[in-house]
Amino acid sequence: MKVKVISRSTDEFTRERSQDLQRVFRNFDPNLRSQEKAVEYVRALNAAKLDKIFARPFIGAMDGHIDAVSCMAKNPSHLKGIFSGSMDGDIRLWDLASRRTVCQFSGHQGAVRGLTVSTDGRVLVSCGTDSTVRLWNVPVSSIMESNDSSNNSAKPLAVYVWKHAFWAVDHQWDGDLFATAGAQVDIWDHNRSQPVNSFEWGKDTAISVRFNPGEPNILATSASDRSITIFDLRLASPARKIIMRTKTNSIAWNPMEPMNFTAANEDCNCYSYDSRKLDEARCVHKDHVSAVMDIDYSPTGREFVTGSYDRTVRIFQYNGGHSREVYHTKRMQRVFCVKFSCDASYVISGSDDTNLRLWKAKASEQLGVLLPRERKKHEYLEAVKNRYKHLPEVKRIVRHRHLPRAIYKAASLRRIMSEAERKKEERRRAHSAPGSIPKEALRKRRIIEEVE
Amino acid sequence: MGTKIANDVEINPVPAIEKGISEEEDMNVMKYLRGEAANLEVLQDKKLKGQLALREDLYGKSAKAAAKAEKWLMPSEGGYLEAEGIERTWNIKQETIAREVDLLGSRNQYDIILPDLGPYTLDFTPSGRYMTVAGRKGHMAIVDMKNMNLIKEFQVRETVRDVVFLHNEMFFAAAQKKYTYIYDRNGTELHCLKEHGAALKLQFLNKHFLLASINKFGQLHYQDVTTGEMVGNFRTGLGRSNVMQVNPFNSVVAVGHSGGTISMWKPTSSAPLVKMLCHHGPVTALAFHSNGHLMATAGMDRKIKLWDLRKFEVLQTLPGHTKTMNFSQKGLLATATGSFVQILRDFSGSQNYSRYMSHSIAKGYQIQKLAFRPYEDVLGIGHSMGWSSILIPGSGEPNFDSWVANPFETSKQRKEREVHSLLDKLPPETIMLNPTKIGSVKPTRKKEKPAKQEIEAELEGAVEAAKKASFKKKTKGRSKPSKVAKKKKEAVYKAKKPFLEQEAKGEGLSKKKRKNIEEENQLPRSLQRFARKRQAN
Repeated sequence: MKVKVISRSTDEFTRERSQDLQRVFRNFDPNLRSQEKAVEYVRALNAAKLDKIFARPFIGAMDGHIDAVSCMAKNPSHLKGIFSGSMDGDIRLWDLASRRTVCQFSGHQGAVRGLTVSTDGRVLVSCGTDSTVRLWNVPVSSIMESNDSSNNSAKPLAVYVWKHAFWAVDHQWDGDLFATAGAQVDIWDHNRSQPVNSFEWGKDTAISVRFNPGEPNILATSASDRSITIFDLRLASPARKIIMRTKTNSIAWNPMEPMNFTAANEDCNCYSYDSRKLDEARCVHKDHVSAVMDIDYSPTGREFVTGSYDRTVRIFQYNGGHSREVYHTKRMQRVFCVKFSCDASYVISGSDDTNLRLWKAKASEQLGVLLPRERKKHEYLEAVKNRYKHLPEVKRIVRHRHLPRAIYKAASLRRIMSEAERKKEERRRAHSAPGSIPKEALRKRRIIEEVE
Repeated sequence: MGTKIANDVEINPVPAIEKGISEEEDMNVMKYLRGEAANLEVLQDKKLKGQLALREDLYGKSAKAAAKAEKWLMPSEGGYLEAEGIERTWNIKQETIAREVDLLGSRNQYDIILPDLGPYTLDFTPSGRYMTVAGRKGHMAIVDMKNMNLIKEFQVRETVRDVVFLHNEMFFAAAQKKYTYIYDRNGTELHCLKEHGAALKLQFLNKHFLLASINKFGQLHYQDVTTGEMVGNFRTGLGRSNVMQVNPFNSVVAVGHSGGTISMWKPTSSAPLVKMLCHHGPVTALAFHSNGHLMATAGMDRKIKLWDLRKFEVLQTLPGHTKTMNFSQKGLLATATGSFVQILRDFSGSQNYSRYMSHSIAKGYQIQKLAFRPYEDVLGIGHSMGWSSILIPGSGEPNFDSWVANPFETSKQRKEREVHSLLDKLPPETIMLNPTKIGSVKPTRKKEKPAKQEIEAELEGAVEAAKKASFKKKTKGRSKPSKVAKKKKEAVYKAKKPFLEQEAKGEGLSKKKRKNIEEENQLPRSLQRFARKRQAN
């Protein structure tokens, strides 16, 4: 007869000294755990509630400007700094950690319309309604840190005067040229006082310009004739142009998928396009209730932030519909420019009330260094919340955001109006010969034509 | 994937590194998959298909990792008993086993004789470390099984019918003569639960922190022990029942009645989930397997039946009397009657139970309760003269999971676990027959059109109701009989109106159809194609 009984010796299963860690034994057998799904559901519900408790996205405001903030620029080689230009010609460099002005660049006579930093982070280019393009030296980091209490003032490196007011400026990602938008789109070199090249298509002013992050010679502009044009610097004429029903205020290229860009439009939507196939938008991002003024992509390429005339800042997913997050404050008025920080953790918005505001990209994120155990716990809670986020109780909590009354009312009014239009369309279709009224997707509907 | 690798093994000589991969076939991956993979072929949406394919891949990987851990990383191996030659396992006595087994094992075999204090019932904590015993005449004790320490014993001087541990060894509940009480580990009476009254049996639902009790009138009470509120009080309506067990898989409480029926209850509905007729006489014992599919019931009709709970069918019927039954973690079934204990086992995993071991305690002792000790090969027997413990090799799960139940728990770990399990406390609404349904999509129910008879019945019902309605008596000549009769006629017409409208709508369509068919029939055959057709699509 062969017999064996379970016998566990205490030494094998407990720790030897009190300074050792406790021993943990695992058995992943599902029979030992009953009702796993119910436990996961309760954890998802608690995780959603905790998320809401810890959601404090606003970090601080940076005040100093005396007029509305019209444009901002990120320094690609220095994470902590951001440049902002205002409507009275004042340009400042801010230190985000202490939220103070490090350096002031004064010189512009009118509103500063565009700011951009060169690829190596040394030269700041600004343009304004006084028809000048000014180049400034960006103070080096060591000087910035030691002098961050005093307001330094810098002299411009160069001032180039031109024939017309400028609306926007953008620097090449990998080269030495920068482009300005005004009556025409001009290409400048740092050392030349006149544009190297000039592009024009139609008689209308170009209001925004952006270089492609992947392909240094391609740039997209939007004009006041409701068009979006894609130029190639190597060709003499513009490459492609689409005309939409409403004006596009700003364009941002996806840094991870450089063939896609998203356009912030006057009709409260953002349209994502594939630049190779411009006859149809890839997707439409609908959530704002007033014109979208500015747009910027996160360096991960997975989400983007938009600032709108309706006093809110929203964060959208790159391939989705509705916004993931909405930020608003009673004191924040019309948002004119937004930037996503280069480490994808913060969002900076500049608005009409002369303040720049710093927000967290993920509202309930714990800042600072996390212990590995904390990180794992956060990842687990995130995963379990995503698994059950379609269930009604969890969905209700995850989706809930407080909106100011004006925006809530405006959104419901828009919904009612679009519902009414849709119903009328349906009835027209039902009462007419089948096939005489074609169904057109919103992605196509807003484009009037594509011009080669 | 397994077959592909097997083919490669045949054709080419396998280098040493790759041999590890072919051993995948020995691993039990199916156990960890928790069901079948979804059928992604029927999906039209490419984006969803891609996302789900990625997720299914991840599930497969995690199941493989768990199977690998099971194969290589488990610290202990299970117990076994193999008979050699002509001897059979059920002939082997406990004394012979005690002689062959090591010292630690033989310490688990003992008898405690306490002759005057009534039949004893016992309960183990889920980790198997602590045991509480209660004699009918009021003697209660908590024992630490690892060191055989008596933690506390005390006398309450009244009848105690049942005792259960709450979520850990610090608290236990006792069903006493008039009320149910909750005691601390030190013997202090913490609560007197008057709503439960004189309970016959108590059960504790671990994950929901609910204490369930059944009394001699057949009333089922659920109480949340964290907040103290009564979650449900139900009258089972099937008479006296003194058999109650919790199904560990889905936390439904099954009650056995004297009519031979077993009803299963959840705290949020006043009607039972399931009512099944199991035996020709009263149900005497009930036990659930931990996988949730198997239930063993015994009745006064001298039968022990094994049920499949998915189909509610009898798998096997065995003859025998039983007063108490219990399943072990490994699926062994222990039954006891009088002073004889029998242990049944399905040897091939095919749900076919046969004799494995048996044991007779001293003649004249009446066995009251059987309980397998979790994570040990030990069966605890509570009988009329005290309690005993015998060795049943192969009954316990050899490898425990520290996060589920840790027999070597320190007090700090116990406190942390208490807080974590309170945070994960399940609401009573999550109790259902199939707990894997949470998070799945409800199938859409198609609304059927009511049959003609049903419509007529509804019409008649509405007309009756209208006729019966009485009108308020008005003064000043406004309730003359003629006026009242007119009002009544109007009310009947109103009640009929919706049905008439529906009929009219329904008839309209068929009228068109009828018209077309008539026209077609009137025309000669050569001209039938010119009969008025419906609008071309």
